[in-house]
Amino acid sequence: MNETQRAIDAIWRIESARVIAVLARMVRDVGLAEELAQDALVTALETWPRDGVPKNAGAWLMTAAKRRAIDHLRRGKMLERKHDEIAHEPPAVPREIEDVLDDDVGDDLLRLVFTACHPVLSLEARVALTLRLLGGLTTTEIARAFLTSEPTISQRIVRAKRTLAEAGVPFEVPHGDDRAARLSSVLAVIYLVFNEGYSATAGDDWMRPALCEDALRLGRMLAGLEPDEPEVHGLVALMEIQASRTRARTGPDGAPILLADQNRGQWDHLLIARGLAALERALALGGDEGPYTLQAAIAACHARARSADETDWARIVELYGVLAQVTPSPIIELNRAVAIAMAQGPAAGLALVDTLRDEPVLAGYYLLPGVRGDLLVKLGRLAEARVEFERAAQLTKNERERKLLLDRAAACL
Amino acid sequence: MRFMILVKANKQSEAGEMPSQELLQAMTAYNEQLVKAGVLLAADGLHPSSKGARVRFSGDKRTVIDGPFGETKELVAGFWIIQVKSREEAIEWVKRVPNPGQVGESEIEIRQIFEASDFQNLTPDLEKRLDNMKTQVERQRP
Repeated sequence: MNETQRAIDAIWRIESARVIAVLARMVRDVGLAEELAQDALVTALETWPRDGVPKNAGAWLMTAAKRRAIDHLRRGKMLERKHDEIAHEPPAVPREIEDVLDDDVGDDLLRLVFTACHPVLSLEARVALTLRLLGGLTTTEIARAFLTSEPTISQRIVRAKRTLAEAGVPFEVPHGDDRAARLSSVLAVIYLVFNEGYSATAGDDWMRPALCEDALRLGRMLAGLEPDEPEVHGLVALMEIQASRTRARTGPDGAPILLADQNRGQWDHLLIARGLAALERALALGGDEGPYTLQAAIAACHARARSADETDWARIVELYGVLAQVTPSPIIELNRAVAIAMAQGPAAGLALVDTLRDEPVLAGYYLLPGVRGDLLVKLGRLAEARVEFERAAQLTKNERERKLLLDRAAACL
Repeated sequence: MRFMILVKANKQSEAGEMPSQELLQAMTAYNEQLVKAGVLLAADGLHPSSKGARVRFSGDKRTVIDGPFGETKELVAGFWIIQVKSREEAIEWVKRVPNPGQVGESEIEIRQIFEASDFQNLTPDLEKRLDNMKTQVERQRP
């Protein structure tokens, strides 16, 4: 790739979401909008290496793309009329198109976000479409990041666009009762992208951990578009604080390091500060019972503690208590049990863990025996602990984790 | 990846003059663009070097030199930290900055910030010592 092509790539990364959003509003079809925007990009690829990159490249791209959308709309109008003589008249730009040109891009971007994350699509289709249309990622990049083939992603995106068109999904920001559910679908997509990147391991392609940055960028962008939604800031806070631990959470050999054992000097304090600020905004907007805000508040308790010993476990227990009420789940209960063990001692934690042993959701979940084993060790019940660690080792799919658990089982002799 | 964008000083910034209303407005609009795009991590302006100092090292000797410093063009007057996909994207964003020297000349420098993955070649021992040092610095924070 030469210098001009790399510059075009960068400009596309910055402008594509805005261009596609504006075009989608004009032609009322996300798939078509992307095609037209791609056409404009092709023109850039043809002319810029020859004539040089224009001074205001972003505006150039937007104008070229809009021109294509207008041509498309005109063709539609002419076909409708089917009068021979009209073909000889200079085509007039319909008034509504002119109006569209001056509109605020922010609203269009928000419409694009909600459309790409529409519940008519499968979750994996929402993810692929969001990364493609809003993150500016290529199909190849998405495929690499999700450890799948390019044709698979390509197919997924084509089908998603078709589904949107066939279902007649309007290009709009949902209002009323629908809004909260639709927003939580958007947040779930962004958080899924983040977690996919966060779960990447040392040997993975760098495209995988880069998903964390993509998710953060989308989240920060959404916070700008929806500044009054507490949960948007809550999600951003959660992601910023989690991302702040990236360097500390694996050892030089790639083995995972538990939160308590992490070197806090390796945490990224710029991201922590950003996370805490976002959390404050979420709370100021009354988000104190939002699931993302609550998780961010828990993450913030860890981020504020200078050492693991200084962690405010009592506060974390409280926050998990609220979280368990808002979104009841055995996994949250298990986390609450760990916090209770830290705040009130292992016996109190174990009492709660034992109530979870018959939860079907946790049946194959390695952390249930893992946590139980850990608490039993602290209570000096080593023989029982050993059985739990061995069971946890059987259940985990992660090789490094398995080794860690077997080591702990062996230490219980 | 992250980049630090360094705005170089000029006569006005070194004299402690605030930028014109026009430039301030243009800069604010530019910063808003960065925020909206989700790429801005931090940004700040720096006081003139007359309020700063330098510590010169010579073996184990330390000498403090008070500002101002002469070589204006080499001084830093402000910075952004942005998180973007590529060096080219960083360059593209910087090309869009309103000229800090307004009609005159000015220069902005783009430097990539080290990431976790850049440290993979450190020996475990050196890494551990660097970490210990950072932890202590953190502990001493107010």
